[in-house]
Amino acid sequence: MRMATLTLGPVYFLWDGPKWRDFYKKIAHEAPIARVVIGETICSKRNHFTAPYMEEVIVHLERAGKEVILSSPALVTLERESRLMRELIGEATRKVEANDLSALHLLAGKPHVIGPLVNVYNAATAKLLAARGAETICLPPELPFSSVEKIAAITGGADYEIFAFGRVPLAISARCAHARAKGAVKDNCRFVCGDEPDGLAVKTLDRQPFLTLNGVQTLSHSCQSLIGETADLTDAGIARFRLSPQDCDMSAVATLYRAVLDGAMEAGAAAERLEALYPAAPLSNGFHYAREGAAWIAKARTGQHQANS
Amino acid sequence: MELICPAGTPAAFREAVEAGADAVYCGFRDETNARNFPGLNFSRPELKQAIAYAKARGVQTFVALNTFMRAGDEDIWYRGAADAVAAGADALILADFGLMAHVAEHYPEQRLHVSVQASASNPDAINFLVEAFNARRVVLPRTLTIADIARIARQIRCEVEVFVFGGLCVMAEGRCSLSSYATAKSPNMNGVCSPASHVRYVAEGHDLVSKLGDYTINRFPEGEAAGYPTLCKGRFDLASTHAYAFEDPVSLDVMNEIDALTQAGVTALKIEGRQRGKAYVAEAVSTLRKALSATPQERTRLLTRLEALSEGGKTTTGAYEKRWR
Repeated sequence: MRMATLTLGPVYFLWDGPKWRDFYKKIAHEAPIARVVIGETICSKRNHFTAPYMEEVIVHLERAGKEVILSSPALVTLERESRLMRELIGEATRKVEANDLSALHLLAGKPHVIGPLVNVYNAATAKLLAARGAETICLPPELPFSSVEKIAAITGGADYEIFAFGRVPLAISARCAHARAKGAVKDNCRFVCGDEPDGLAVKTLDRQPFLTLNGVQTLSHSCQSLIGETADLTDAGIARFRLSPQDCDMSAVATLYRAVLDGAMEAGAAAERLEALYPAAPLSNGFHYAREGAAWIAKARTGQHQANS
Repeated sequence: MELICPAGTPAAFREAVEAGADAVYCGFRDETNARNFPGLNFSRPELKQAIAYAKARGVQTFVALNTFMRAGDEDIWYRGAADAVAAGADALILADFGLMAHVAEHYPEQRLHVSVQASASNPDAINFLVEAFNARRVVLPRTLTIADIARIARQIRCEVEVFVFGGLCVMAEGRCSLSSYATAKSPNMNGVCSPASHVRYVAEGHDLVSKLGDYTINRFPEGEAAGYPTLCKGRFDLASTHAYAFEDPVSLDVMNEIDALTQAGVTALKIEGRQRGKAYVAEAVSTLRKALSATPQERTRLLTRLEALSEGGKTTTGAYEKRWR
């Protein structure tokens, strides 16, 4: 079996241009990452923040030996957004990652990648997408392992990727809850989502952290981590592990995952290190075990799973 | 303009037919449809009888198989499609590409409608489903303005159906895992959102607190009516202010925009509410049927009657109006 590799997902949050550029320069030089998916995915209004740095960043990443995949928008409703999607795919000189059905239409017959926001819940769907040109399918974070292993058992088509680190993308809306929280609306938002580079916390009325707003996207409060499940996942045929950028040292996060995949570090110790690297959110892996996504199931040395949600 | 009406039970189905539905939509009593609630939906014999009852009165039946097939258990969905076709369903409402491919291959004559759960929100997405699976109609997500709908309708090669009345998803449908994050049960996988099995109401002092799983979704002081804790319509703490973070507990009502929707090229208007009782279905369907042919003044008067039926008695035009965003 081929050695599993790491993919860096697109930055879902709005970071200012220089921060975004410097993040990728550091990734290029330091992170044991094979593939980098890059480009604004959540809100078409944000494109101008990163566009001036895009070419420079891509060159940097490719010179460092990373494969660059261009991300595409997750929600396309306006004519302008449809046009942007057609331009992106029409002019792309690199593979594109689909996050909406419109991209599937435009990418048919071209080699491409399926992102975690496309609904692939079974092998029938995976086969269909592979036949249309999908080479990698990143499975939806909500999928339990029992589904992942059945889909990944299909060989000869695409390879499979799993959402292994990051706050979980849970929902997207035409309405911008982030702007509304700050007394604005989507069409006149003044880019207030940029004030929170790691998202705006949604707590319950008891002040229990629950969700995270990122513009029109809602993510989990917890940070999904499947660092303890990599052995089962690679055995099931998962070829790629996706790390979704949070506002923390992602090169160090990648180094930890690489060490676990290489058998150089024990998963329990790695999870503890991970908590220290990204203290802003507790770890979760409930979706993997068909539990509530927010749950953390600690894997004991005996192999028994202990609930600790 | 067609009026597409919900039925969660055979009794509600008959009410919808009698009240003037052009088509009634319903689903099997299992996880194959997105209203998989206890005590709802149809057995195989019930569906067969319902379809015969509707056909005899010139009314169509659409069968929703609009969850995503669980890997390894695809046969549950394939059997649902086979049985719905055999029972004489006029259309199948589908969300999963794998199931669409199966239906297009095995039942090429069967009308295939794209469920709102498929989240086809633009011309390229819809044309993909038309070309790949011969979809004949798309139910548009509740993320579009009427102007968006008109523009999309001009660029696609199938009919357009839109929701006009009833429950309102705030998030893009079919792309929301909020429920499973809190309860392990999701619309896509289990056909439920914020399931009753995980709901608790707890008295705290003079307040009533509604919880979903481990999370407080709302708190009602004495005197305020306590609503159901649907996750996206809860009250939360955002930067230390308490507010409905995503949407108030309201329901959708765009019946006043019927003329604009007609001009936009919409073929069918859909009423949400398979989980509602037969009295609701009868009242909503008969009133909206009258509203379709009424003068604008008369229509406003008719629609006022429906306000009492809405969630919290409050309605919104949702994404159909640009300001909602």
